[in-house]
Amino acid sequence: MRTVDELDTVSRTTMDARARSGSTRGRIAKSLRELAAPDKVFPALAIVLFFVVWEIVCRVFNVPVFILPKPSEFLGVLIAKWPAILPNAIQTLYTTIVGFALGVLVGAAIGACVGLSRFVYRVTYPLLIGFYSVPKIAVVPILVIWFGIGTIPAILTAAIMCLFPVVVNVATGLATTEPELEDVLRALGASKLDVLRRVGLPRSMPYFFASLKIAVSLAFVGTVVAETVAANIGIGSMMILASSTFDVPLVFAGVFLLAVLGVAMYAIFALIERRVTFWARRNADVAA
Amino acid sequence: MTNGIGTAVAAAPGDRDADDVFVDVQNVRLNYQVGDDSSTLALDETNMTLRRGEFVAIVGPSGCGKSSLLKLASGLRRPSSGEVLVGGSAVVKPIKIVGMAFQNPTMLPWLRTIDNVLMPLQIVEPHRSQFRAKKEEYREMARGLLAEVGLAHFADKYPWELSGGMLQRASLCRALIHDPRLLLLDEPFGALDAFTREDLWQVLQKLWMERHPTVILVTHDLREAVFLADTVHVMSARPGRVLTSHRVDIRRPRTLDDLFTDTASQLVHELRSHISHDRGV
Ligand SMILES: Nc1ncnc2c1ncn2[C@@H]1O[C@H](COP(=O)(O)OP(=O)(O)OP(=O)(O)O)[C@@H](O)[C@H]1O
Ligand SMILES: [Mg+2]
Repeated sequence: MRTVDELDTVSRTTMDARARSGSTRGRIAKSLRELAAPDKVFPALAIVLFFVVWEIVCRVFNVPVFILPKPSEFLGVLIAKWPAILPNAIQTLYTTIVGFALGVLVGAAIGACVGLSRFVYRVTYPLLIGFYSVPKIAVVPILVIWFGIGTIPAILTAAIMCLFPVVVNVATGLATTEPELEDVLRALGASKLDVLRRVGLPRSMPYFFASLKIAVSLAFVGTVVAETVAANIGIGSMMILASSTFDVPLVFAGVFLLAVLGVAMYAIFALIERRVTFWARRNADVAA
Repeated sequence: MTNGIGTAVAAAPGDRDADDVFVDVQNVRLNYQVGDDSSTLALDETNMTLRRGEFVAIVGPSGCGKSSLLKLASGLRRPSSGEVLVGGSAVVKPIKIVGMAFQNPTMLPWLRTIDNVLMPLQIVEPHRSQFRAKKEEYREMARGLLAEVGLAHFADKYPWELSGGMLQRASLCRALIHDPRLLLLDEPFGALDAFTREDLWQVLQKLWMERHPTVILVTHDLREAVFLADTVHVMSARPGRVLTSHRVDIRRPRTLDDLFTDTASQLVHELRSHISHDRGV
């Protein structure tokens, strides 16, 4: 259940970073102030500083381009070759999103079964742990045998990668309902389905959304790894091609693009999580 | 044994008008099976009757089966032997005429207070199927109830924006919104400070006098029992049985000053001595 712990720390730190606020206007003013707050400015400065130091080190020690290109070089390549890079980026994003959607759907369904029934939980737990411990990359060759080179193995790798955090979180969220709350509803003659709809599902939403941002990052990793092995298009494939022709700046441009896309996708889902499950944070604030 | 306000009532259920009995607990035993080989006898040969509209308080040492008795009355659990009758028929499954509140207010943090209060109407028929059509009417009803307990301005706040006492008021509203005929309260004011608690005694008394549900209140606070109840049942240590029952003959509406009269404090004293005696103190 490592993922749960990880998620917990992640959500807790974001929780702490955020202050409570009242009205909408107050909230907007607050987020503006937050943007300029030291805890937002310093991370941005750190990123800029990282590239500046990199640039300086390369220039001072005259590092050859085929070992470590300067940021100015690979950013230049990124802009110059953008028309050729763009279709690859779109392909990678497309594969990631389809794989992510597939993984989340299947993961949520499995998580619901496991979380709602102690029997299913006990029976499938060892199996799930077994699947979980296999490095997901190991399945890529199998997928290639089944589906050949192309988009499908990459989509499936992405889906498999993001399956488990979703399963674990949905199951945890559904399995832990306050017994007294259940009593209040059951004493009114509520069916199991009523309890699930009114309490179980809403309660598991924070767990679900916390898992989405982890899942989207993992789906991205899965896509790119599969592309490097078993695809003709996509950022992963582009980088392999570039490295075989010693086009090192293009390889680094690919890495940079991956980093930007990865952060962006994580941020989008972190934002959605923040919107949808605001009450969980407030509640935890009060409890803490 | 008759001494002024506190009147010891005969425990036999037969001496009352049978039509008037609303809740009848008959020779109930409750055994909790823990694992395969160990079990806990929580209630043993418990008898208790409540008249329609009666306010009963149950006091007794910790772990004597008070919460278990409420579970039986609500139908959340079945007795191991004996029977619980509500309104003349045996309770075999949860019945919708019950409202419950616990020490922990258990509000849903993703719903505004008013929506928490409305929750029972989305579950209990006939409200459930009319909920969409009559939404505005129901909301007005909930607002009215919240106003009565002093939460008029907090209806649209989230539970985490309310204090402990406010949450407990809201929890009372949720228990009463579908106008239950049987109200089960398990130490609802146990976690509150003395002033808030006394405040809420009066709120509860008012709501009860307006709606007259039959109430079973489990409490550790003997003054609370004397202030609110028509009858106080004292239970023995586990396995629980009803040791004695006391009628409280203070006229209503009662005020906090009534608690400082000799007769009331004498009754509190007597209840305490029963409980200490049973503990072997
Ligand atoms: N679900 C359960 N499984 C097993 N034993 C239980 C269960 N619930 C209660 N018991 C046992 O039954 C006995 C009575 O419990 P109950 O909760 O009814 O006591 P209580 O009078 O409400 O106590 P308190 O005043 O502390 O709330 C206790 O000894 C308890 O350990
Ligand atoms: Mg109890």
